[in-house]
Amino acid sequence: MRTRALRIISGLGGTLALLALTPNVGFAQELTPDDVQVVLNNIWVFIAGILVFFMQAGFALVEAGLTRAKNVVNIFAKNMADAVVGILAFFATGYAFAFGSGGGDWIGSGNWFLSGYDDYSAFDGGLSPATTFFFQAVFAATAVTIASGAMAERTKFSAYLAFSVVMCAFIYPVVVHWTWGGGLIANISIGDAVYSDFAGSAIVHMTGGVAALMGAMFLGPRIGKYGPDGKPRAIPGHNIPFAVLGVFILWLGWFGFNPGSELAADQYVMSVGVNTMLAAAAGALFAAITIWFKAGKPDLAMIGNGALAGLVAITAPCGAVDPLPAAIIGAVGGVLVVFSVYFFDAVRIDDPVGAISVHGVVGIWGTLSIGLFAKYDDAFLGREDAGLFYGGGLDQLGMQVVMVVIIAAWVAIASGILFAIIKATIGLRVSAEEEAQGLDVLEHGLQGYAGDSTSVGV
Amino acid sequence: MKLITAVIKPFKLDEVKDALKGIGVAGMTVTEVRGFGRQGGHTETYRGAEYQIDFVPKVSLSVVVDDGAADQVVDTIAAAANSGKIGDGKIWVTGVDRLVRIRTGEEGAQAV
Repeated sequence: MRTRALRIISGLGGTLALLALTPNVGFAQELTPDDVQVVLNNIWVFIAGILVFFMQAGFALVEAGLTRAKNVVNIFAKNMADAVVGILAFFATGYAFAFGSGGGDWIGSGNWFLSGYDDYSAFDGGLSPATTFFFQAVFAATAVTIASGAMAERTKFSAYLAFSVVMCAFIYPVVVHWTWGGGLIANISIGDAVYSDFAGSAIVHMTGGVAALMGAMFLGPRIGKYGPDGKPRAIPGHNIPFAVLGVFILWLGWFGFNPGSELAADQYVMSVGVNTMLAAAAGALFAAITIWFKAGKPDLAMIGNGALAGLVAITAPCGAVDPLPAAIIGAVGGVLVVFSVYFFDAVRIDDPVGAISVHGVVGIWGTLSIGLFAKYDDAFLGREDAGLFYGGGLDQLGMQVVMVVIIAAWVAIASGILFAIIKATIGLRVSAEEEAQGLDVLEHGLQGYAGDSTSVGV
Repeated sequence: MKLITAVIKPFKLDEVKDALKGIGVAGMTVTEVRGFGRQGGHTETYRGAEYQIDFVPKVSLSVVVDDGAADQVVDTIAAAANSGKIGDGKIWVTGVDRLVRIRTGEEGAQAV
């Protein structure tokens, strides 16, 4: 009951000082600085989760902006589905597979539908199950929505829903269980080196990126993406302002994604935030320089990808590195993403928004960068100076490689089987006629930009 | 009566409109159009891949005037829309068989 009382006090907000002056209020006497800290920790992680939730809007806008107007309803419908289906699937089984109190190294079990707690809002000196679920559920919705962009403009809506459910209910939670949930990968070590992925360059972003790659491969390129000569052609997005606004919303959301992953309201929240901010800016700048040299123009859509690449790259090392290395990690991400977009275009994997490059390729880079630049113990590493450049040797880099390989293999196999089943049953891709007309009217019965009716007469 | 149609560069529309109002033209209809002539299209790049814009944005302008005013209107548009660069557009004149002002039912020169 003590934590219940504490919750009531904290709900009054700002009245703690007043309560301190009224010692005759029974429970107020029991309130210690540690209690207040616990409340602050939970409140901060909750607020950070709210920021992460809003990233759904950013993903939707980036994806809609970089695709054609005839598919804009379908794009928003898929992103809506990721929030709706993703949260419910994670609630039903995802959370149990990831963090359930039973189970072993391979998979979690128990706490289905967030059940089985005496009090799921109790802090018990740490984060309550409610806080943890809220924060983890919005991360799951993020992981699944990454694939949406790579599969844009040609995927059946029903097929996408099936993918979204299985991704949030099973594939992503298994990755989380193996890492943050204390399972398989968390129990591997090379010398003193154990895995480190602070906010999920690999666990969230590479997982989404690999699923995106499998989805794009199973679908094949959009009609018209490759000319008769086999050369990739541009299919320009219909709303660059949407795309850039989406990038800014994602950038803002990342100030919850990374600093929130500190899972406490302490001094490191701000340094993680600074690293996040620097990496995004450096990623955008170096993507701009790279595309300017390669294509002759500073393509804004690509610069937006660069900012996101910087953010994805710093997601794993944001708690372990100094500010300058953070900027360097982001900058490398910004250069990588441009070359990666060219690469996937050349090998006929059509990714309309660059999701495979931003989240998959750069997610790998961010995860590995810990092995090079880690200076501080980020609460995973368990030691300082683990990075190669700080005298930590190759152990940490090797451990990061092991982690990347295991997660990528699992997600590739699991999502590959899933897409194969979907393709063989309900079908993965819309008809060529529907693709040409646009998915909005034929899949959803609705135009994105219907305009004002001229025949209603009012 | 003559129908004068001009396809011009979009940024020249204000100058053309002001010039026509200056010589007493009482109305006009404007449409955003796309097309190409000798100017051809141009290439743009998107995410590193080049693509061809064949149809360039233009503005089409329609004015109906009395026969006697047609030459002056054409000359005025030609002067105002001229930037001296390729892609300035074209003007053509066609005959009008009948003209009606919907509100009053006036026809012919009175409806101009």
